[in-house]
Amino acid sequence: MAGRTLYDKIWDAHVVRDNGDGTALIYIDRHLVHEVTSPQAFEGLRLAGRKPWRVDVNLATPDHNVPTTDRSKGIADPVSRTQVETLDQNCREFGITEFKMEDLRQGIVHVIGPEQGATLPGMTVVCGDSHTSTHGAFGALAFGIGTSEVEHVLATQCLVQKKSRSMLIRVDRKAGPSVTAKDIVLAIIGKIGTAGGTGYAVEFAGEAIRDLSIEGRMTLCNMAIEAGARAGMVAADQKTIDYVRGRPYAPKDMHWAMAEGAWRDLVSDADAKFDAVVTLDATTFVPQVTWGTSPEMVVAVGARVPDPARESDPVKRDGMQKALDYMGLKANTPITSIAVDKVFIGSCTNSRIEDLRAAAVAIKGGKVASTVKLAMVVPGSGLVKQQAEQEGLDKIFLEAGFEWRDPGCSMCLAMNADRLEPGERCASTSNRNFEGRQGQGGRTHLVSPAMAAAAAIAGHFIDIGKLG
Amino acid sequence: MEKFEKLTAIVAPIDRPNVDTDAIIPKQFLKSIKRTGFGPNLFDEWRYLDHGEPGMDNSKRKLNPEFVLNQSRYKDAKILLARDNFGCGSSREHAPWALQDYGFRAIIAPSYADIFFNNSFKNGILLIILDAAIVDRLFKAVTAQVGYQLTIDLAANMIKTPEGETISFEVDEFRKHRLLNGLDDIGLTLQQTDDIKAYEVRRRQEAPWLFS
Ligand code: SF4
Repeated sequence: MAGRTLYDKIWDAHVVRDNGDGTALIYIDRHLVHEVTSPQAFEGLRLAGRKPWRVDVNLATPDHNVPTTDRSKGIADPVSRTQVETLDQNCREFGITEFKMEDLRQGIVHVIGPEQGATLPGMTVVCGDSHTSTHGAFGALAFGIGTSEVEHVLATQCLVQKKSRSMLIRVDRKAGPSVTAKDIVLAIIGKIGTAGGTGYAVEFAGEAIRDLSIEGRMTLCNMAIEAGARAGMVAADQKTIDYVRGRPYAPKDMHWAMAEGAWRDLVSDADAKFDAVVTLDATTFVPQVTWGTSPEMVVAVGARVPDPARESDPVKRDGMQKALDYMGLKANTPITSIAVDKVFIGSCTNSRIEDLRAAAVAIKGGKVASTVKLAMVVPGSGLVKQQAEQEGLDKIFLEAGFEWRDPGCSMCLAMNADRLEPGERCASTSNRNFEGRQGQGGRTHLVSPAMAAAAAIAGHFIDIGKLG
Repeated sequence: MEKFEKLTAIVAPIDRPNVDTDAIIPKQFLKSIKRTGFGPNLFDEWRYLDHGEPGMDNSKRKLNPEFVLNQSRYKDAKILLARDNFGCGSSREHAPWALQDYGFRAIIAPSYADIFFNNSFKNGILLIILDAAIVDRLFKAVTAQVGYQLTIDLAANMIKTPEGETISFEVDEFRKHRLLNGLDDIGLTLQQTDDIKAYEVRRRQEAPWLFS
């Protein structure tokens, strides 16, 4: 028998029934719930007189709509408020654990799952949110679902799924010291494009990936969806096991010993066959900055804004020109001369403690440039915020002139009050630079936390690799 | 999901092609956290003379007397007669939710937009595709006769007209099975309850930490 990929192994372990037509009924181990995509699912249950199949595997928290300042005042926007209140009511009614807005454990759903140990190796993890791919960092199969599937999981603990093809993205050799997980994933997307992973479950492997911390792997898998792959994953190893150990939802005692043994098998067999293989060399990677309106429109920080005139494909050329127009950029401008109006450090891509530490280091005692209107740090959860304050990071940010906010999605998608005004340019650690994503007419440059912090101090992007 | 076996009901004609999901339910209503209650805003822009917003008391709004559904002869219609490419536009399920909430159980048209077609069956609405010429004939009959009713017999794949004519139609066997038995996606999966329980028993042995 040919070897199996990590994806095969997790898939096989979760088939409840093979329908024989390319689809299978798959068992779901963990369901994360937030306020935007769940209300109609709960209403559907109620209308049909159904109950959750297993309440214990659901974990809910409001994140998209919560304010990041002065929560004691509640939520001003009525639509946002209704969504959060509806989540509270639904969780109460169905007996689902919820970390409410006032709870110290509240945060972005993709930050709190791993933080609580609710995301475990080998699990199937779903959530009504495309960035559920984040949880693949643990050697889990994790993907986003739509609202009717949210209802389906609640009612049956299963989903009908078609198995994806498998892709291996192997990043060989070591990345340089200034290259972060964010730079690696942006460079990968720059190479394979935003449709490069469409239809695939992607496994990231190779020395540069093994070298990443678990939080770095989360950043990487988080953006697998931006490469078109519904799921991204990294094989479990000792780092994974060490990260999970002792967390509130992690297995204990005898179960821990059993789980640990099982998790060691969560790797692709040496003779496993992938449907597609991409190999990259980490030594060629440098810090990245996006210049356009799609994550694949990305270049090295030391490069210049690309020139559409040099693109031979007319469709691509047109797309590039449109992006430049929207971004208010001229071709051939050095990236390091692009000045920013706002800086956002946060989102499910980069709001964990290591991200905040890296940003704090990059500040190096400097002050936010006078030309920068707002620089904000939004920790991914209440616990991340607490940890950062214990380490004194909040003081570093505040003294430098950053705002230190409460946890949530915030300016990643501007569903709450945090947003860009038309024409404003932002260095952002989030994952999508689509038109209007951070506010109507807003211009987003996706970067790592270190780059965002450095840009806040300098007022423009700087080549952090060169500074050493 | 309500079963669909046999239906005899008034037919309401919407005589224009390419009726899109925005016309079926305008986008300002999509912010709702509900999947029910869209009925009063079905075809909102055509149905009322003012601009509709969520939260308005629809009973106080001025109706457009020209619009088909506002005419008393179509008051209890449960069958919608439509033209080509009905339901084009967005993929949101709000369009079938609104049609269903209003009371429509079946639609007859020469063609539908793909996603709308799927979403409607998922929500228990029977979509029937008939030849454009037959649909045209039905439009004429419906407008000529007040109180025009059709009988749809899903089990027999047959429509009966008041004149006694029978028109056969085709529907995918799987979809038919679901409608006849009132099974939505969840209902279908719940038919496999034994498999799910057996899986859980087996899995609990292998990986007990997932069940504690
Ligand atoms: S932080 Fe952004 S990408 Fe992540 S879940 Fe929230 S809105 Fe989505």
